[in-house]
Amino acid sequence: MQGSIGEWLDMGGYAAYVWPVYGIAFAVLIGAFIHSLRSLRGEEAALDNLLRTIQLEREPDGEA
Amino acid sequence: MTGFAAIVRRDLRLALRQGSDSTMVVMFFVLTCVLFPFGVGPEPNILARIAPGVIWVAALLASMLALERLFLADYEDGSLELLATAPPPLEFVVAAKILAHWLTTGLPLLIATPLLAILLNLPSEGFQVLIATLLLGTPTLSLIGAIGAALILGARRGGVLLSLLVLPLYIPVLIFGVGAVDAVIGGFPARTHVLVLSGILAVALPLAPFAAAAALRQALE
Amino acid sequence: MKLSRMLLPWAGGLTLLLGIAGLWFALFDSPPDYQQGETVRIMYVHVPAAWMSLFCYVVMAISAGVGLIWKHPVADVAAKGSAPIGAAFTIVTLISGAFWGKPMWGKWWVWDARLTAELVLLFLYLGYIALIHAFDDPKRGLKAGAVLALVGLINVPIIKFSVDWWTTMHQPASVVKMGGPAIDASMMVPLLLMAFAFKAYYIYVLLLRMRAEVTAGKVRALRLRQAHGAV
Repeated sequence: MQGSIGEWLDMGGYAAYVWPVYGIAFAVLIGAFIHSLRSLRGEEAALDNLLRTIQLEREPDGEA
Repeated sequence: MTGFAAIVRRDLRLALRQGSDSTMVVMFFVLTCVLFPFGVGPEPNILARIAPGVIWVAALLASMLALERLFLADYEDGSLELLATAPPPLEFVVAAKILAHWLTTGLPLLIATPLLAILLNLPSEGFQVLIATLLLGTPTLSLIGAIGAALILGARRGGVLLSLLVLPLYIPVLIFGVGAVDAVIGGFPARTHVLVLSGILAVALPLAPFAAAAALRQALE
Repeated sequence: MKLSRMLLPWAGGLTLLLGIAGLWFALFDSPPDYQQGETVRIMYVHVPAAWMSLFCYVVMAISAGVGLIWKHPVADVAAKGSAPIGAAFTIVTLISGAFWGKPMWGKWWVWDARLTAELVLLFLYLGYIALIHAFDDPKRGLKAGAVLALVGLINVPIIKFSVDWWTTMHQPASVVKMGGPAIDASMMVPLLLMAFAFKAYYIYVLLLRMRAEVTAGKVRALRLRQAHGAV
C-alpha cells in the first residue's frame, strides 16, 4: 500500500483492465439487486391494492 | 417384449407413412456439410482438417430437427394419455419411441455419412471410427433429446427452446465423438474416447427414459 | 415469509460489510502478484464469481429436486429465484475472464477449460430460465424446470470432464490454467472475503426474489378468486 493515489488508480498500467472488471461486476450485481428489489416492491404494491379493493367491495361506504 | 416391439413398429409405420422426417433430416445433414466448402474454401487440406467436426456437428443438428415431433403428435391427439395409462410402464413406451426415432433419423444419417466423408475429404483412416462413434453417439443424442422433447410439450415456441435446452447437454458427446476421429487420424488410439462414449450411452439408456417419462407425466397432468 | 423478513436486514448488512472488507483487501491492502502484476486483482472478482456460478446452480438444482419430489413450495421458489443470480455470476465470470485474458494472452477470449465450461453453464442457466417461463401455468413451468435442472446437475461434472479433456486434446500453446499458479497466503484474504461477500449477496438477493415470488403467487390467487366472483 505504498505510492500515490495516482499510482493506485493506474494499477501498474493495467488500469484499463482491472477497473472495468470491478465496474462491470458492480453494475451486473447491483443491477440484479435493484431488479429484484423493484419486482418485490411491485408485487407488494399489487397485493396491497388488491386487498384494498376487496375490502372496499365488502364494505361499500360504511354500510356493512 | 411384444409390447415394446409393437410400439416400435407403430411409430415406424407412422414415420414411414409420413416419410418427410427422415428425408428432411438427411437433406439437412447433407446440405449443412456441403455449405462448408463454400464457406471455408475447397482446399483439400483444410476440409480434411475440419471434416470430422463438421460431419459430427451437422449430424447433431440434423438429429435435433425431428425431436420436436417425437411426442407431439401423440400428445395432441390424446394417444399419449392412453399410452401413459396402459399396462407397460411409461418409461418403456418412451424407450420404444426413442428407438423408433433413432431408426428413422440416426440410422439414415449413418447411411449418408460415407458420401459426406468423401465430399469433405475425410482421411480414410478416420472413416471407420467416424461410423463407430456416430453409431454410439446418435442413440445418445436421441435419448438426451427425448428428455427435451418431453419437457417442451405445451410450451410456447417449443422448437427453439428445445435446441437451447438440449445443445449444452450434447457437448460431451460431440467432444468425444470428434476427438476419437481426430485421434485415429493423428495416429493415436481412440480407445478412451470410445469408452467414454459408450459410458455416456450406458448412463443415458436407463436415465433418459426415466426423466422423459417424468416430464411426460407433468405434461399430462 | 416471516423468517425472510427477519433474515433480510442481516443478510443485507453482512453483504455490505463483507463487500467493503473484500474490496478493501482486493483493491488496496494486498500486494501485486510477482508474475501477473496488478491484474491479479481481477482474479479477486473472477474466481469467487466462478465459485458462485457453480454454487448457485447446485443450490438451484437441489431445491428444484426437493420441490419436485417433496412438493415443498418454498423449494420451488428458491430454485426459480436462484437462477438469474447464478446467471449474473456466470456473466461476471465470463467478462472478468475476458478482461484477464487480454493483458495475459493478448486475446479477449480463449477457449480454456474454465471459460468454456462457464459458457456452457450460462447456456444451462438460460435454458432453465427460458423453460420455466415458457408455460402459461407457472407451476408446470417450475416442475419442468426441475427435471431440466436435475438432468443438468448430472451433466455438469460430465461437461466439466469433457471440456477439460477437450482443451488438453487440442494442446494450446501455453497451457496456463486460469487460476494461475499456487495461490499465495496474502491472496487468500481478499479471495475469501470476496467469496463470502458474494455468498451473503446471494442469500440477500435470493430472499428478495423469493419474497417477490411468494407475493406474486398471492396476487395471482386473489385475482383468480376475484375473477370467479368468490371474493
